Amino acid sequence: MTLFQISEPGESPLPHATRRAVGIDLGTTNSLVATVRNGSPVVLPDVEGRTLLPSVVHYGERGVDVGHTALAQAASDPGNTIASVKRLMGRGIADLADDRRYPYRLVEGEGMVRLATRSGVKSPVEVSAEILKVLRRRAESSLGGTIDGAVVTVPAYFDDAQRQATKDAAKLAGLPVLRLLNEPTAAAIAYGLDNASEGTYAVFDLGGGTFDISILRLARGVFEVLATSGDSALGGDDFDHRVFCWAIEEAGLPPLAAADARRLLTRSREAKEMLTGHDSAPIAAALSDGTRVDLTLTSTTFTTITGTLVAKTLAPVKRALRDARLEPADIKGVVLVGGATRMPQIRRAVAEFFGQPPLTNLNPDEVVAVGAAIQANKLAGNRERDDDWLLLDVIPLSLGIETMGGLAEKIVPRNSTIPVVRAQDFTTFKDGQTAMALHVVQGEREKVADCRSLARFELRGIPPMVAGAARIRVSFDVDADGLLSVSAREQTTGVEASIVVKPSYGLTDTDIARMLEESFAHAADDAGARALVETRVEAERIVGATESALGADGDLLDAEERAVIEHALAAVRGAATGDDRRALSAAIDALNAATADFAARRMNRSVARALSGRRVDALG
Amino acid sequence: MIDFTRNHFELFGLPLRFRIDVPALRRAYRDLQREVHPDRYAGGSEHEKRLALQASARVNEAYRTLEDPVARAEYLLQLAGIDATAETDTRLPIDFLTRQLERREAADEARSAHDERALAAILDDVRRESGALLADMEDVLAGNDREPARMRVRELRFLAKLDDDLREMQLAELDR
Repeated sequence: MTLFQISEPGESPLPHATRRAVGIDLGTTNSLVATVRNGSPVVLPDVEGRTLLPSVVHYGERGVDVGHTALAQAASDPGNTIASVKRLMGRGIADLADDRRYPYRLVEGEGMVRLATRSGVKSPVEVSAEILKVLRRRAESSLGGTIDGAVVTVPAYFDDAQRQATKDAAKLAGLPVLRLLNEPTAAAIAYGLDNASEGTYAVFDLGGGTFDISILRLARGVFEVLATSGDSALGGDDFDHRVFCWAIEEAGLPPLAAADARRLLTRSREAKEMLTGHDSAPIAAALSDGTRVDLTLTSTTFTTITGTLVAKTLAPVKRALRDARLEPADIKGVVLVGGATRMPQIRRAVAEFFGQPPLTNLNPDEVVAVGAAIQANKLAGNRERDDDWLLLDVIPLSLGIETMGGLAEKIVPRNSTIPVVRAQDFTTFKDGQTAMALHVVQGEREKVADCRSLARFELRGIPPMVAGAARIRVSFDVDADGLLSVSAREQTTGVEASIVVKPSYGLTDTDIARMLEESFAHAADDAGARALVETRVEAERIVGATESALGADGDLLDAEERAVIEHALAAVRGAATGDDRRALSAAIDALNAATADFAARRMNRSVARALSGRRVDALG
Repeated sequence: MIDFTRNHFELFGLPLRFRIDVPALRRAYRDLQREVHPDRYAGGSEHEKRLALQASARVNEAYRTLEDPVARAEYLLQLAGIDATAETDTRLPIDFLTRQLERREAADEARSAHDERALAAILDDVRRESGALLADMEDVLAGNDREPARMRVRELRFLAKLDDDLREMQLAELDR
């Protein structure tokens, strides 16, 4: 198997005209970046040859450290060393089951919890962006230039707020996001394309802080996710914590200072990892007051203290199977993903449940980044030999709206294939009612209070009518990233209101723009120059796309229409040679407008071709 | 613009009837998604991306409707100008309603007793009844009198809702 190669940093840049596309696995414990080079996916290492970047950010006296150096400071400066920030993405303090578990200080912030650090109050989005920036620079130095597009992975069970926060972090890190991709689906791509498998598979993904289970059908190059479930607050971290609690009780320790807690937690994690290959592991630590902890954790004890966690993974597995209307015996293979699936306790439980040993021939730490890189390469338009595959994913949790009595009315049910557009009509309940408040929620429970609140907005200006006469159509649009936007329209008058759902927990685009400016100012990076480079990349992309469209489907245009497009094309080419970013942006917008109708005609032709059974692969 | 006026059957190149070739539907679905899915237009203009999103969502919706026999029957009636499940008309035969009411009571009892086997048995029962109602759906839909088809679809919709609720009860048991 040659799926994983490690390339040397600064090695031969990509062949000309290949877009620099990367896949990023932003993990709870570790993060990775991968790309496809000469047709093979490679995980990109740092200058010391390490592929895993610990997802740890240290806010120090003299600046920000990320990764191994940050991790090294966890014990000496726990209050400013942020680990497992992924667990905080899109979450308020009230959502965190046990906020005292975190050795750093959490404060309530608008929509999302914040972290009080030496360098000021930071949002989880900003902390994640620090990790992503390091990966972006690693990729840039390896690929020899600006990144054209990135696919960033998220747990399949992430809700809208968590997805939006992840996308914001990527934008903040200066990464052009091609797509958010579900982690188990990414693993399936890496696995499926390498093994040319057909059939129904389960991907069991237990990471550092999140658990996903996805059931996929692979047939004729189509990866169709049938159902997904999980727990976005269950992972290897929780096993470490169980060991940590056991050690405290066993050694009869009083409540520990943050630095001691961090040290003991690290020893606990090391013991857990050692038990993968041994029957017992020592936990030895010297605490700051001179106390010595000297314990031995046996595999049997570990199995006992973590039994409920292992059992907790099986409920979502059953859930996903029920939703897919399948039995364990229908599953052809079970793929294990995530470092925490190395635990023999997990492997045994999975094998027993499915009645077959799980597939473990891929490196569970790297497989997600590899799948994301393969997807990024395809989305960026780099043609490969066997890239004629398609991914159909689902949303993990139902989306709905609050109705009378605090009940949630589901509009898009969980496990609907995305993209999905679904509308439902509502009406006024009072005579003369001129406004309607809409509360968008996500979750499976009947009561709104038990679901996640995603957004609130109002439709105003409804003309006074008798109760029940107005027809208010609420439309939910979920895009291929699994992100929701909602609009409401009164049908008889056309009064309209809409919202991109990123309010309760997200940052506005203005926030992101401001943060980007600030970060560039701090990094002494020239924001203007960078923006110009990015706009030129965009110009190059759109010129290329338009040229190939004209080549493939130019016959759809008459001479006059073609001249208009050629003119707009020439304007972009001209502006791209200059230094005026605004002028270039305007030229790009003009070209987009000039090709709008052409695009629609081309898509109609594609549909017609698909129906007539002739697949034209050279398109687009 | 994409021709959204075509009905779901035309979209997949299938004849307009209840009994369909499901493998052919799946093939046509995949072939269409290969052409219109947003992944194909990730490098395209904003306009192209929006078009792809709309077209792909439309294809998903059409597939979801035709794949599910109850939704398919309902849709066929809808194409004939009949809204079988309008909120203004909820009539159902009394013996049918009585039977479902008894099932619901039995399900509630099974749930309080955490009797998973009993829940599964009720679900099997519901599916058997649906299966029987679907068996000659083609003929019922072809009849000149639309009323029996309309009643049939309403019964099936009712059973589908019960099926959903029973499955949610089973899932709730998993969380215990």
